[in-house]
Amino acid sequence: MKLRKVTAASAAVLALALSATACGGDSKDDSSSSGSGGGGKIKIGIKYDQPGLGLKEPDGSFSGFDVDVATYVAKQLGYDADQIEFVETKSADRENALARGDVKIIAATYSITDERKQKVDFAGPYLLAHQDLLVKKDSKISEATDLNGEKLCSVTGSTSAQNVKDDFAPKAQLKQYGGYSECIAGLQSGAVDAVTTDDSILAGFASQDKYKGQFKLAGLKLSNENYGIGVKKGDSATLNKVNAALEKMVSDGSWQKAVDENFGPADYKNEPAPKVGVIVK
Amino acid sequence: MFDFLEGYDVLGAFWMTVKLTALSAVGSLIWGTLLAAMRVSPVPLMRGFGTAYVNIVRNIPLTVIIVFTSLGLADIFGVTMGAADNFDVQGFRLAVLGFIAYTAAFVCEAIRSGINTVPLGQAEAARAIGLNFSQTLRLIVLPQAFRAVINPLANVLIALTKNTTVAAAIGVAEAALLMKEMIENEAQTLAIGAVFALGFVVLTLPTGLLLGWLAKRLAVKR
Repeated sequence: MKLRKVTAASAAVLALALSATACGGDSKDDSSSSGSGGGGKIKIGIKYDQPGLGLKEPDGSFSGFDVDVATYVAKQLGYDADQIEFVETKSADRENALARGDVKIIAATYSITDERKQKVDFAGPYLLAHQDLLVKKDSKISEATDLNGEKLCSVTGSTSAQNVKDDFAPKAQLKQYGGYSECIAGLQSGAVDAVTTDDSILAGFASQDKYKGQFKLAGLKLSNENYGIGVKKGDSATLNKVNAALEKMVSDGSWQKAVDENFGPADYKNEPAPKVGVIVK
Repeated sequence: MFDFLEGYDVLGAFWMTVKLTALSAVGSLIWGTLLAAMRVSPVPLMRGFGTAYVNIVRNIPLTVIIVFTSLGLADIFGVTMGAADNFDVQGFRLAVLGFIAYTAAFVCEAIRSGINTVPLGQAEAARAIGLNFSQTLRLIVLPQAFRAVINPLANVLIALTKNTTVAAAIGVAEAALLMKEMIENEAQTLAIGAVFALGFVVLTLPTGLLLGWLAKRLAVKR
């Protein structure tokens, strides 16, 4: 009996030790391969699940405004399109991915906020988005106050959901799902009356072929979201280069072209290109 | 150090987790016991239903079940659990329904394994003194079976406690949803993650210890 206990305990210790070393090895490999940088590849963090901004297509390619901006910036940093490796960075993991060196820069609907600025540096902004509502084409909702008593959908834990509850329409029925696709499905079936988040994200969803012509943006400016490109804290060399690249992208017309291509079909009225370093509160 | 906790109702979120767990536990214990009774019953139709239910439901990912309760049952079929005008209540009830449906499959199998520990002679003796199937099960077999499966049921209960985090997928304001909200706002992933991990340990560790102790005390010595 005693022997069995000892065996079990040592097996547990061994398993722990093995798993611990396995994790350590993995992360070290990651950082060394991306940290060396320079000649080889550049790793860029994007979202994989936001049509119009950052989307991984079924064939493995990437599309969206963030992807276009990232590709342009990488080009200015000296990397061709085939030297870019896109890495998925979910919202919760963006700060750590930069700190660990998993990615060099992040272009993933990354709103510049004071809390985040303590952890990462932001180049840009490169797009000014606003919290908005997506409604059915024939909907009567045109003001935030129209939402009271209506059914509204947003994504679990998102700032947009909190804003609505706290400020705009406390009496609105708020339904929260894990992703925007569920909300859009609810909007299509009539289970909810409106979906709320950044207008750029909504425009991306509404521009998808399967939804074309069914929805419209209400055109409200419920908040200002300044999308910036995340750079590791203190890496001012990269930060300056990215800023220069963004300025060039606006001045040579590539920026407007990318906006038109990605958000066009949803009747999205974009703000003029923001100036680098100017954050609209 | 923990100033990021200010302004958030962490205890309230965990209270929601506890409510989800408790209601789902009671419900799945009842439904799971019924399923187990069906699986050992002499009626082929019931046995078939029990077997099919368990094998289908326990092989569907919980996230799929929970999202279906909201997107499918509520949005498409209009099953609103008597709360059509309040998404918070509706989400909570739908989530409990989903957890019961899912967890009951595991409860059923735990109880069925307990029934298998009861010597065949017990059931034969019960039949010999004239008890019918349901009396045999209720009075003789299940009481002994339950005492044998307290530990496996504790595992199911602990798994259920952690599984309630899936309810965040349909917007039930429990711990995992608050965690997402805080990570979104605070950019303090590690510290916030640690707080919520600790919260779940605080919930599950005493459960495990208590039920482990009970299992030892109540085990049928053979």
